[in-house]
Amino acid sequence: MPDQLIYAMEVTLNGLMAGVLYALVALGFVLIFKASGIFNYAQGVMALFAAMTLVGIMDGQVPFSHMINAIFGTQVHHFGWHVPALLAILLTVGVMVLLAWAVQQFVMRHLVNQEPIILFMATIGLAYFLEGLSDLMWGSEIKKLDVGLPQGINDAIDQVTFGWFGYGFFIDNLDLVATVVAALLVIALMVFNQYTKEGRALRAVADDHQAALSVGISLSFIWVLVWSVAGFVALVAGIMWGTKSGVQFSLSLIALKALPVLMLGGFTSIPGAIVGGLIIGVGEKLFEFSLGPMLGGATENWFAYVLALVFLVFRPQGLFGEKIIERV
Amino acid sequence: MFYREAGDFKTTYTQDSQTFPIKFDRIRYYLVLAFAFLVVPFIINDYWANALILPFLIYAIAAIGLNILVGYCGQLSLGTGGFMAVGAYACYKLMTSFPDVSMFIHVILAGAITAVVGILFGLPSLRIKGFYLAVATLAAQFFLVWLFNRVPWFYNYSASGQISAPERDTFGILITGPNAPAWMTYLFCLIFLTVCALIARNLTRGSSGRSWMAIRDMDIAAEIIGVNPLKAKLTAFAVSSFFVGISGALFFSIYLGAVEVGEAFSIQKSFLVLFMVIIGGLGSIFGSFAGAAFLVGLPVALKVLGVDILGWPTDIVSHIQLIIVGGLIIMFLILEPHGLAQLWNLTKEKLRLWPFPH
Repeated sequence: MPDQLIYAMEVTLNGLMAGVLYALVALGFVLIFKASGIFNYAQGVMALFAAMTLVGIMDGQVPFSHMINAIFGTQVHHFGWHVPALLAILLTVGVMVLLAWAVQQFVMRHLVNQEPIILFMATIGLAYFLEGLSDLMWGSEIKKLDVGLPQGINDAIDQVTFGWFGYGFFIDNLDLVATVVAALLVIALMVFNQYTKEGRALRAVADDHQAALSVGISLSFIWVLVWSVAGFVALVAGIMWGTKSGVQFSLSLIALKALPVLMLGGFTSIPGAIVGGLIIGVGEKLFEFSLGPMLGGATENWFAYVLALVFLVFRPQGLFGEKIIERV
Repeated sequence: MFYREAGDFKTTYTQDSQTFPIKFDRIRYYLVLAFAFLVVPFIINDYWANALILPFLIYAIAAIGLNILVGYCGQLSLGTGGFMAVGAYACYKLMTSFPDVSMFIHVILAGAITAVVGILFGLPSLRIKGFYLAVATLAAQFFLVWLFNRVPWFYNYSASGQISAPERDTFGILITGPNAPAWMTYLFCLIFLTVCALIARNLTRGSSGRSWMAIRDMDIAAEIIGVNPLKAKLTAFAVSSFFVGISGALFFSIYLGAVEVGEAFSIQKSFLVLFMVIIGGLGSIFGSFAGAAFLVGLPVALKVLGVDILGWPTDIVSHIQLIIVGGLIIMFLILEPHGLAQLWNLTKEKLRLWPFPH
């Protein structure tokens, strides 16, 4: 088999893995958009916030220590204990639920019935707020996140492919774990959506707010629930990306990468988010591999957007989005 | 009592169709203009010009431009940073290729080039709407920044990949570079801002403005009553990008002097200008000014308060600044979703009756 083809296969596989990570972020967007019609720009910063909180809890950092030291002249930094990963994750989930409640109580409740653009702007404001808050709470330096996920090259795949093609594929263990986790997450969300009482209520709210209210579904509860679930998804994405490239500000930019994924898949479709993520992941890796050197490299920065743009011109509602029906 | 529309009789069509039909507004407008042109140039110094006034003037132009697109035509755009970059690089290429031509012409041409690029990226708006369009304009943002970063022709093959403005003069007075006097750079930007605001105000009052607003309020209905959506949307994109391009050109050549595209025109810039428009008030020229002033002034005020008065470390102040800006935006949207312009309208409403509320 020619070398180029083998490389292309490896690139495709890696693209699929990257796509899964994009899809993870996109999932959080879809959940909130479906249930409340809010385009939540803060999803990426939520992932950052979750990852930072997780690291902070695990290392036993004192929250706001930086600020306390500056005001009172003290020297507090760490409590001096280490929390096991699982417990820390549970605690972080608690923090995210608290955050969801606060968002609902202090922001979204007051913005019911506003135009979508106003809600969108509010989430950008929320993104700024959370970014400042997480830096203030835990410090802005790059942190290492290690919750015990396997990392590094997967030897089994390396050897098997070496046996087949005479060339070992480089597949990161972490990407494999991410794929499995993403699959589990999607299945769990589907089951939750289809078979539980809350999931049914959630679908009802997504369908029609007013009708849902009139049959006795509590809107505020549903929204806290949705933001909590989105917070949980953000945490999972934060763990994956944080383990991969360290917990730092650029983590919040993956939200921007998730946007073309959403456009491809449609804002309202969970399978769409997955398929869109895979297409974007493979597409940008293959494009960079084949045409990148010719165009000067770093085409990943824009390829996803341009692909989505071109795609949308032909199908404005995305791959799986609901058909847009307009009435006067 | 102080703000009255009554008793202001118009006897000719010219009077009725002037830019500011109400006498009080007109007088206020002339007073502000006189102050800006005749008083400020004599008292301005380098610190004030660079910290507050130049960014305010330049961002106000960008905010007016974006307001035309988002506030008047209803097409949400997140590509402002990219279009500002087009203006900056067009200006740079023109400045270095034709060193003898006046800066006025360069800046206007840079705006025109940006308008063409804006039309190109506005084409998808004929098919895509709402948030899908917003994300589509992100393509413009990332693609343009990448383009200016990667194609050496745009930065004249300079080793650092930066562009820096060569020294140019207008009427014999230096206008770019570190040695340019503050009052001259100020006047240069002010002239552009004044003209842009006048154009915008009159465009939005006229037939093109009305067709933009029709498209914004309900595009299908507008199409049925005979507004050409192709023309309306593309003109909105063109005019908006023209202003944004001018602002980008000024931002680079007058204000910063040297620019690294990934830093100066990143996605953050797009959001900043969008915030100005939202906080100032969608669909209001005055709002664009108010929003720009607010968001330019706020960080400076917070920095003075936190670093200089309270003596906190800069990094903490910058984090708190993020929190405050985010919180303020949310607060504004909750309390007054129509922005500062609406507050001004309410004030006028009150002034009309004051001091006899009944």
